[in-house]
Amino acid sequence: MTGTRLTKGGRIDRSATLQFQLEGRRFTGYAGDTLASALLANGIRVFGRSFKYHRPRGILASGIQEPNALMTVGTGSRRIPNLPATSVELYDGLVCERQNGWPSVDFDIGSVFGLFARFLSAGFYYKTFIGPTRGSWMFYERWIRRAAGLGRATHEPDSARYDHRHHHTDVLVIGSGPAGLAAALAAGRAGSRVLLVEQDSMAGGSLLDSPIGTDDDQLRSALLAQLVALPTVQILTHTSVFGLYDGLAAGMVERRPVIQGVSAPSEVLHIVRANQIIHATGALEQPLLFGNNDRPGVMLAGAVRAHLHRYALRLGDEVVVVTNHDSAWSAAFDLADAGARVTVVDERPAPNADLLQGAKDRAIAVRVHTVATRVFGSNGVKALEVRDAESGAVARIACDLVAMSGGWIPTVQLTTHGGVRTVFNPTLGVHVAGPMAAGQSIAGAASGDPTDPLKQGHAVGVRAAQALGFSADAGLAPESAWSSVPLMTTRTSASLPAQSKVFIDFQSDVTLSDMHVSLEDGFESPEHLKRYTALGMATDQGKSSHYNGLTTLSALRGQAMGALGTTTHRPPYTPVTVGVLAGRSVGLHFRATRRTPMHEWHMANGVTMIEAGPWFRPWYYRWAGADVGSAYIEEMRVVRSRVGLSDVSSLGKIELTGPDVGIFLDRVYVNGFSSLAVGKARYGVMLNDDGTVLDDGTTARLGEHRYFLTTTTAQAGEVMSWLEFLLQTVWPDLRVQAVSVTDRWAAMSLAGPYARDVLARALPEIDVSNAALPHMGVMERQIGEMPVRIGRLSFSGELAYEVYVPADYGVGMWEHLLAVGADVGIRPYGLEALASLRIEKGHVAGIELDHRNTLRDLGLGKMGSRAKSYIGRALSERSELVDTQRWSLVGLELVEPAGKLRGGAILFAKDEPIQGHGRGYITSVTWSTVHERLIALALYRGGLNHVGEEIVCAYPLRGEQVRARIVSPMFIDPAGERLHA
Amino acid sequence: MLRIPCPHCGVRDYTEFRYAGDASKSRPSLEITDVKTWHDHVFLFDNPKGMHQEYWQHVQGCRQWLVLERDTSTNTVSRAWFARQGKSS
Ligand SMILES: [Zn+2]
Repeated sequence: MTGTRLTKGGRIDRSATLQFQLEGRRFTGYAGDTLASALLANGIRVFGRSFKYHRPRGILASGIQEPNALMTVGTGSRRIPNLPATSVELYDGLVCERQNGWPSVDFDIGSVFGLFARFLSAGFYYKTFIGPTRGSWMFYERWIRRAAGLGRATHEPDSARYDHRHHHTDVLVIGSGPAGLAAALAAGRAGSRVLLVEQDSMAGGSLLDSPIGTDDDQLRSALLAQLVALPTVQILTHTSVFGLYDGLAAGMVERRPVIQGVSAPSEVLHIVRANQIIHATGALEQPLLFGNNDRPGVMLAGAVRAHLHRYALRLGDEVVVVTNHDSAWSAAFDLADAGARVTVVDERPAPNADLLQGAKDRAIAVRVHTVATRVFGSNGVKALEVRDAESGAVARIACDLVAMSGGWIPTVQLTTHGGVRTVFNPTLGVHVAGPMAAGQSIAGAASGDPTDPLKQGHAVGVRAAQALGFSADAGLAPESAWSSVPLMTTRTSASLPAQSKVFIDFQSDVTLSDMHVSLEDGFESPEHLKRYTALGMATDQGKSSHYNGLTTLSALRGQAMGALGTTTHRPPYTPVTVGVLAGRSVGLHFRATRRTPMHEWHMANGVTMIEAGPWFRPWYYRWAGADVGSAYIEEMRVVRSRVGLSDVSSLGKIELTGPDVGIFLDRVYVNGFSSLAVGKARYGVMLNDDGTVLDDGTTARLGEHRYFLTTTTAQAGEVMSWLEFLLQTVWPDLRVQAVSVTDRWAAMSLAGPYARDVLARALPEIDVSNAALPHMGVMERQIGEMPVRIGRLSFSGELAYEVYVPADYGVGMWEHLLAVGADVGIRPYGLEALASLRIEKGHVAGIELDHRNTLRDLGLGKMGSRAKSYIGRALSERSELVDTQRWSLVGLELVEPAGKLRGGAILFAKDEPIQGHGRGYITSVTWSTVHERLIALALYRGGLNHVGEEIVCAYPLRGEQVRARIVSPMFIDPAGERLHA
Repeated sequence: MLRIPCPHCGVRDYTEFRYAGDASKSRPSLEITDVKTWHDHVFLFDNPKGMHQEYWQHVQGCRQWLVLERDTSTNTVSRAWFARQGKSS
């Protein structure tokens, strides 16, 4: 086969020449070409090496069905492997390479020596790597890694852009062949909004495979013109529906044409929510089974015809068309009309007389009641061996192209996603969609009904619109001289010669003999066979293999197709890039980021930020040091000796109002809040239903019926949802309103011996003396336009105030406090210092509140009220949770001059062997500026009963073991003198 | 994609909601201190095939807790109502 590009015809633009490269060789093609058609026009026949056996492979199919010609397209960060060349639209500057050949695709050592065949037969993995020989993986691995594989992805970050779009439509029509066009037209005319989706670059489906100017082509143009004129219809081409999901939602990917020098999204994920879905997905042609049916130059007859009419490529001079039904004869006729010498080999004893007459008119040789047995030639076809089914006589027909067709199967993958089971139709010999689910219908070849698809499409279009209440006149069904769609017929695959490989799955390299092995090994059901041989499990999802697998299994087992069952189709119908699923949600945009009102100030003043959940929080400031290790210690010193200012706006803040808030909080917290005086705050802990600690925080009573609750940054959303759950489902009778006001208030913590001095001078209107605002006191004031809330609350153990102002005033108040405090050396401090100060004070935080620890575990057992019931109380009394040997909170101090305490280190008693899970672990570590040594909080079996004991902290990841002493977790100011100063 | 008919906001994607399990169970009163009663409530769940009542909160919408009737075998939703209205409405 020479791949003659015809001088006229086809849907290519000969005036638009495109340059492209294959493995460094320069070629040209035309606008309208696929990568496959352009390469075929340039004489390329071998498009890659097969997955396991490294056999040379050419083009089998057209469009997304192609199993062989997987190529890598693009360079650098835009390199995409495993794209079927038949569905890549050619563009100027395209760079591509073939895959899986070593040292090259044209000369492959593995193939020459047949090195891989014996390793990779059916069940190889199961037999070799399970049981006594499983150690042999080490031996086989390097061979398999080199032998079996697809293309290599780039290691560079993907520089392509992707987008997501959402649609709501009345009717989604999938497929734009005759049935889909008619359905969209009817539904659109009836008044419903229609989205018509086509995976090809042009609408028209099978109508595109006929020459321009023919009836089919004119029908396509006429229908499209009417659709485009309808304002209710939107047409999306280049767009593959890869999955249907609950609620009539569809996932689809649009591939954008590449234009050099233009930066635009390369792919778009469309998420469609439809009220009706019409499947007009057509049918897929299936290969025949004979020896070496995978050789380059053996193609599906429909693909040969499509390449002839669409891309003006006559792919052979001497062609054998081999088939078992009518449709392939039109390929034979068209090839003969285009000047090829054609022979038709038909399995049937007596094809219909019109076909025989047509062949005679074109001088086509015909052999009836004859089957193909094997192909000669390796990098191309030299001849086809055929056998007379009656006499058994064997003949060899010289040829350079074999166009085969075993029939067509309805494309029912998407209806299966949509919950519709397939059923075997014995008349057609294929599986068709069973009764459609609500809101879905099917028309055209996809339905298995071979009658006029225009009438079918029109009918389902009208019904879909009517079901949604649209009743405008949909007009009549379009008229056309329609010849019926040939669907798959029964097959004779069991009586095949054994001397050459008969491929069933081209992409997974599954042969007829693999199926024999699978059956001999007892893997007989379709689901078992699939997993044992990998049949239908490659990226083409079995589009040209699944069915031949089933019919062969049926023949080998002597069991009817209907009784055999089938495997389940799952998304994606076509491969989807991870990039398009991620869309723009990459890097910082992976999830929503939250910034405090003072974010810009921090950025302008030498902060290094850290992500805390969705929040960006100041980690440390450059005034204190060049890296976190030195900076946080300096920041701690300022807080302990002078005064620091920290941004705590990310704390969860919930405003609770109503006469029953006190009662509500008494139930939610382990300690009491109805008794809290107005103007006071209290530290509270809440439990999960199972008795473990959920969260902690301070809650202030601002008025008789008004409380202000704070949560940890991490649990803010969780706690809010929980309170809403309780108020809406458990105690809807309680008169309480809960509103999240986290974003409304800027919050800052002023901490250190000079904190009151700075605050008093900064807000002279307000009396913040020890008498007016004692420890745990709270006040609400108004300064001019600005409300301000001040609570004397301390996380660090120092004299400290939390100052709340509305978010818009945050930066102003922050700068004001820093300016006023400048003379006493005030400095901003970050999260690392904040967290370290609390370790010195022995306060638990998020890392200790991991939903596994109880109040007692955290040293808070005394907080649980005896006088009232509260959430989690009952289950916190479980014997396992009150065991005194539980891991509970202790302090640790390093007793060695060198060495490190590390978070996550496993703790062991002094003289026990270092193995297993130990007696606990370190949760938090800091340098103590007070003790001038490393200290830690840890959970340890038996907790504070072991105070004074020396233990071993093991950190196996680094091979470290250091000695530490168990001490009280309250490392500073156990009497609270600083707090009350 | 499961679509949930929020009685306040209309039909929305389930990704706007959070799920909170079986809504047909009765939560014990806080006055009950019996460990087994609470244990069964917190840890034991049926996994029914067919119609199921479950809690969903419209977290990225009206923040309302809903009771949803969903068929676990087909994932079809028959109806939803505000949980504050009670077990069946
Ligand atoms: Zn809502």
